[in-house]
Amino acid sequence: MRNSRTIVLIVLVALAIVAVLVPYVSSYYYTDVITMLFINIILVSSFRLITLTGNWNLAQVPLMGAGAYSSALITGSLGWPFWLSLPLSAIAAAVIGLAMSYPLARTKGFAFFIASYAAGEAMVLCWTRFKVPFGGWTGLVNVPPPGDIGGISFADPTPYYFLTGIIMAACLWVMYRLARSRIGATFHAIHSQESLARSIGINITRYKMLVFVVSSFFAGVAGVLLVHRMWAVEPNQFGWVPTLYLLVWAVFGGTRTFVGPILGVTVLTVIGELLVPLAEWVPMIYGFILILTLLFFPEGLEGIPHRVQSWFGKTRTRTAAPGEVLSEGQLTEGQH
Amino acid sequence: MEFVAQTILNAVILSSFYALVAVGLTLVFGVMKIVNFAHGEFYMLGAYTVWVLFAVNGWPYFATVVLAIVLVGLLGVACERLVFRPLRGNLLSGFIASVGLVFVLQVAVGRIWGVGKMKPVPAPYRGDVVSVGGVSVDVQRIIAFVGAVVLVALLLLFLNRSRTGRALRASSQDVEAAELQGISVNRAAVVAMLLGSAMAGAAGALMAPIMSVYPYMGGLVVWMAFVIVIVGGQGNIKGAIYAALMFGFLNTIITTVWDSTIAALVIAVFMLVFLAVRPQGLLGHAE
Repeated sequence: MRNSRTIVLIVLVALAIVAVLVPYVSSYYYTDVITMLFINIILVSSFRLITLTGNWNLAQVPLMGAGAYSSALITGSLGWPFWLSLPLSAIAAAVIGLAMSYPLARTKGFAFFIASYAAGEAMVLCWTRFKVPFGGWTGLVNVPPPGDIGGISFADPTPYYFLTGIIMAACLWVMYRLARSRIGATFHAIHSQESLARSIGINITRYKMLVFVVSSFFAGVAGVLLVHRMWAVEPNQFGWVPTLYLLVWAVFGGTRTFVGPILGVTVLTVIGELLVPLAEWVPMIYGFILILTLLFFPEGLEGIPHRVQSWFGKTRTRTAAPGEVLSEGQLTEGQH
Repeated sequence: MEFVAQTILNAVILSSFYALVAVGLTLVFGVMKIVNFAHGEFYMLGAYTVWVLFAVNGWPYFATVVLAIVLVGLLGVACERLVFRPLRGNLLSGFIASVGLVFVLQVAVGRIWGVGKMKPVPAPYRGDVVSVGGVSVDVQRIIAFVGAVVLVALLLLFLNRSRTGRALRASSQDVEAAELQGISVNRAAVVAMLLGSAMAGAAGALMAPIMSVYPYMGGLVVWMAFVIVIVGGQGNIKGAIYAALMFGFLNTIITTVWDSTIAALVIAVFMLVFLAVRPQGLLGHAE
């Protein structure tokens, strides 16, 4: 146990060193790509929080948009500073999440997918339809970069990269602790044994609403970071295609472990960079990755260690497909 | 008065179209327990079949409609065999796979025939507008309406009267009990997917001369169909028909008074409120 903790620590330190070096050894372009990756890591990790309770929220990308629009309005129209807008916009996204969670927490399965999709669509339609204050199809421009601190201008890619990286690390730490806490265990209990959880006095609906609010908050943070990198925002950024990407990241990486979705988005970002010349084909390629992963590799990237082990005959374990719940026996077996 | 009559007529025609798409979707969900987002792309492919064969190659319109129904139905069966059958029993995986299918089909069509321009499909009976007492409707809408009503009626007849249809309804209500009666779940799934996709293809083919034909045309339609399926009660055919009527009128009235974006917004909010109050739908039963 102590041994594995040391390994995790070494890996984290190594990653941090690499992350610090990136802007100095590569171009602005790749610094920007990795800034985007950081934002997407926050998004996909916030998405994983919801999947803990077994529901896959299709409004996650529009909720990110809620954070983005709110920050664009707060900094652009009101002229308030970014540093105030960051928490306020995340709270705004959380409040919208709370409003949505009321009907959504009462549905599951089919109805949950469609209702969450509808709720997200309703938001995007609002941004498109109401020119004041959301700017309609063209969205909002002239979103200012974060204000300078000690002479560092966040309009430059490198300081913004570090800002995003630090906020990402903080968000991941909070989400990790939350998933590991008693509350996280309750989310898992709701997913795997809903009636049992209810019978021991857990208020299922309230916990489902809670996870929705927390996950919307972090999606909102991702949205704020996105809008202050682009300096503009438009409804198309939060449509159906980005939601597909989010689903692919989660399915490809796997959602059972904390690192699964992060691994998924990282690997697919690398693949995406390789596929830049084939941009028009990318949605189709992602579609195929999605289907093939589900058919032949349902546990995603995070299942690879188990697969390798079982090839060498060490253990015979099985990991879960998306939305599938393993029984207690299988779970403990899978954790070796 | 004429305005009211015109609005009612438009609403009835729109409802018939909604019913045609939603009935297929709810049938697929009921029997296979698959939330098929690619249903909208099946609709799109139905419209493309008519565009390619009728508008470009000049085949007779009704022949291309029949062909669209058959081709899209067979495509549905292929998807069932290759994608949905291995994932049966896992609602989430099936749903996500169908989302993958949406993008595969959209890009395929976009790459083959281009994404930029809308594909014009001329009305097979050009310029014929029927007017009675100030209420007017073009012939293609009448054809689409009659086609939709006939197809939905045939489906209901099939489900209620034929042995296979009853088997479908049985496995939609309780898969295990149906299996115990000797009904093959695989066969039921194939038939459901064949019929459900064929309905989507038929809707696309009938609407092609009225709607704009382009790779992303399925999105709005499948979304409306899903709302209808949810509100009607998941897997409930009669509920879907009632909900189609309801939303046909709601959409037409709001679009006439305000605009279509407001209509979509109102419908989305309406559904969320509806789900909070009655999660099982109009005709569904509580779990």
